[in-house]
Amino acid sequence: MMQARGELPNWVDAGLIPLINLAVALIASGLVVLVIGENPFEAMWIMIQGSLGSLKGWGYMLYYATNFVFTGLAVAVAFHAGLFNIGGEGQAYMAGVGAAAVGLGLDFLPWPILLPLAILAAMAMGAFWAWIPGVLQAKRGSHIVITTIMFNFIAASLVGYLINYWFRPVGKMAVESREITGAYILSAREVAREFFGVRIASSPLNFSVFLALIAAWAVWYLLWRTKLGYEIRALGANPAAAVYAGIRPDRIIIIAMTISGGLAGLMAVNEILGVQHRLLLGYVGGAGFVGIAVALMGRSHPIGILLAAMLFGLLYQGGSELSFARPEINRDMVVVIQGLVILFMGALEYAFRPALSALFYSVGREGNQ
Amino acid sequence: MTPAIELIRIDKRFGSVHANKDVSLAIAPGSIHGIIGENGAGKSTLMSILFGFYHADSGEIRVKGKPVRIKSPSDAIALGIGMVHQHFMLVEPFTVLENVVIGAEGGTLIGPALSRARAELTRLAKDYELEVDPDAIVGELPVGLQQRVEILKALFKGAETLILDEPTGVLTPDEADHLFRILRTLKDQGKTVILITHKLREIMAITDRVSVMRRGELVATRETKATTVEELAELMVGRHVLLRVEKGPSKPGETVLEVKNLTWKDRKGIPRVDNVSFTLRKGEILGIAGVSGNGQSELLDVIAGIARPASGQVIFEGKDIGILGDPRHVRAEGLAHVPEDRQHRGLIGSFDAAESAILGWHHLDSLGKGYRLDRDKVIARAKVEMEEFDVRPPDPLLKSSKFSGGNQQKLIIAREIKSNPDLLIVGQPTRGVDIGAIEYIHKRIIQLRDEGKAVLLVSVELDEIRSLSDRILVMFAGRVMGERGPGADERELGLLMAGVSKDAA
Ligand SMILES: Nc1ncnc2c1ncn2[C@@H]1O[C@H](COP(=O)(O)OP(=O)(O)OP(=O)(O)O)[C@@H](O)[C@H]1O
Ligand SMILES: [Mg+2]
Repeated sequence: MMQARGELPNWVDAGLIPLINLAVALIASGLVVLVIGENPFEAMWIMIQGSLGSLKGWGYMLYYATNFVFTGLAVAVAFHAGLFNIGGEGQAYMAGVGAAAVGLGLDFLPWPILLPLAILAAMAMGAFWAWIPGVLQAKRGSHIVITTIMFNFIAASLVGYLINYWFRPVGKMAVESREITGAYILSAREVAREFFGVRIASSPLNFSVFLALIAAWAVWYLLWRTKLGYEIRALGANPAAAVYAGIRPDRIIIIAMTISGGLAGLMAVNEILGVQHRLLLGYVGGAGFVGIAVALMGRSHPIGILLAAMLFGLLYQGGSELSFARPEINRDMVVVIQGLVILFMGALEYAFRPALSALFYSVGREGNQ
Repeated sequence: MTPAIELIRIDKRFGSVHANKDVSLAIAPGSIHGIIGENGAGKSTLMSILFGFYHADSGEIRVKGKPVRIKSPSDAIALGIGMVHQHFMLVEPFTVLENVVIGAEGGTLIGPALSRARAELTRLAKDYELEVDPDAIVGELPVGLQQRVEILKALFKGAETLILDEPTGVLTPDEADHLFRILRTLKDQGKTVILITHKLREIMAITDRVSVMRRGELVATRETKATTVEELAELMVGRHVLLRVEKGPSKPGETVLEVKNLTWKDRKGIPRVDNVSFTLRKGEILGIAGVSGNGQSELLDVIAGIARPASGQVIFEGKDIGILGDPRHVRAEGLAHVPEDRQHRGLIGSFDAAESAILGWHHLDSLGKGYRLDRDKVIARAKVEMEEFDVRPPDPLLKSSKFSGGNQQKLIIAREIKSNPDLLIVGQPTRGVDIGAIEYIHKRIIQLRDEGKAVLLVSVELDEIRSLSDRILVMFAGRVMGERGPGADERELGLLMAGVSKDAA
């Protein structure tokens, strides 16, 4: 029992506090922008305009958000089991190998068979890359945080090697595979043109966005409507009670990590099958780590994760527009701003809570109902 | 004389629960003031308000006649109020000394504070019979000593008024006696003590005055000398309570549980359950008496499948369940288990009551086919159990941690009894439970027996063991010291519990 814990109404906890955190993050970012001599309001306007001001901006924003939903859900599932999976980056990277291997190796198969197979292969590779740390934690007690970090490094080297020596066609200069033509996910633009005869601005948004929605629903269903989900949450919330209840921690740890890795693997579906159509170096680009912030900010709940992923999508898209429009605010500055948001939304999530509950107490004693 | 503490028209609601209704109470300085009341009556809430954990919606607090605003525990401590909580608030990996100093470090370096504290601790220990090794790790101390650390912590910070919330719930009779000696010394030295307890015997033995709470209201305050146990019980519950257990003779049937030469060793290889054998038959309650920490908890764990025996067998209805080592399979065989430690194991604080009410039984088909968990069925099941066992408030959606201690216990007992077991194993079934509810829980346990089910009961309350059991085993240092009938006298049992035995020679 922390002091004043649970004394705040729900709407404050789930609504007001994230908003305050966001506002503080924006103010801090504004100060940074001010220091380098730019107008923070203008900068913010460019970011919003750049992501929400056009169909193209929306497309990019939702495309980024799709990645973050997958990696955010991955972190959340592990988190509910009391595990901190920070290996989403490596799991998503390995998943690309699965998607590309099936997409290229079995491309004699027709599209409706090949695509689901490639998606499953991506999930399987991601799951496998999380399964190993899961087993090490469950059976050997190796700390999951350490092993998943190490597995990020191993994945980085391993995938680089595989692309260079296995996937790269002879004579090709760029370190990437040949084009995956068989397992192909239609982009929003192609759907609009082929099926509705309308032309829309090009963006990387593709059908995977629906996959993200399905995944969010599936995670909710798993955690709150199945016995396995109950066991996962019980273990995460109170391991001693879980053991009393006959829930086997080793089993649940392995299962939760495997599911987590599979979700992270879906990120490769969006990126490799939906956008790049080939396997290339470093395509995960930090999405695995953003997933941690997204899960924290979304309180590990699928709805929260959808919202948080969109906010980060906005920051990413708006950020690149900003660095384009204002060269003084370069790519690194944008990363600083994103970092500030992560800091205030994630790490300092509860920083303003004590002050708020004190405020609640002094204003209207009837307030805390 | 100005009261040490005055609570005036304190009112507090948690959502729809009216936990304190217009409560006024004055505590005389240098006295021991008891507070009693049913589970959920609002005792802990009232004291938490005084200690600054919760804020009253309205009302006033006066300390030594002066109106004060207590916004946090540090305000309370500054006003000379200390509290020992129902559930301890200690940092387990820290030493006693470190725990005592937390919050009073004063300065950047910990060294000077620690050496000052060491001197002060020695003085307090001498003055109040509060001996504890300052360098012991708190997590490794028995509960009785942990509680002393809590008291030391409060005194160290200059407490003039000490609040104790159900301090004896977790203590052995000996430890409780020691605690009372400490409290009397505190009183003699002019300190004020507020004592919450469910044990009317303790109220009669040690308090000067006693206040009774019922459903959020303070219904009466009496001079202890001028009242009786019966009157207090009636004031508390609002009806006449049976303070005695009524049960007919047992009609034992065939053997359901046979424990053979069971041994369980801890990580250091020390046998905590040492070659224990006994049998339990249908329609029988077997009580296991003993000072806590003599292997009873471990014995329950092994039978429940949580711990695997080092050697020996647990034969339940003809099957060796010891080798299963899996609580889920053991439950499937028809065993239910009320764990000793409800906070740590019996339920999950962050789950709502409905979800805690299926813990361990969540895989039942009646809660959803196959892999599914049907939320409506989970809630419906909890509703039935909560109503039948009078869990208050009967709200399946309230978070488990927000129920009062006794109501959490009722929730767990309901869950296990309603699973309709062939064998119920219970540890401390009525710890922290009010007398009305004790009466009810005892009735249900006896009813189970009369239906031909077997009950294995572990309790540190000798009264409870003696009034419920058909046979009594006494454990000491992991071994069974002897078996007695329910008529065995208290002195003899006490000797066995202390390891003195004629028949074990
Ligand atoms: N944080 C909270 N949120 C919601 N309800 C609460 C909270 N704390 C206590 N309650 C409710 O307030 C009522 C009074 O609880 P309190 O803990 O004061 O009872 P108590 O008299 O100490 O009971 P017990 O003897 O069982 O410990 C109960 O109905 C309880 O469920
Ligand atoms: Mg209480």
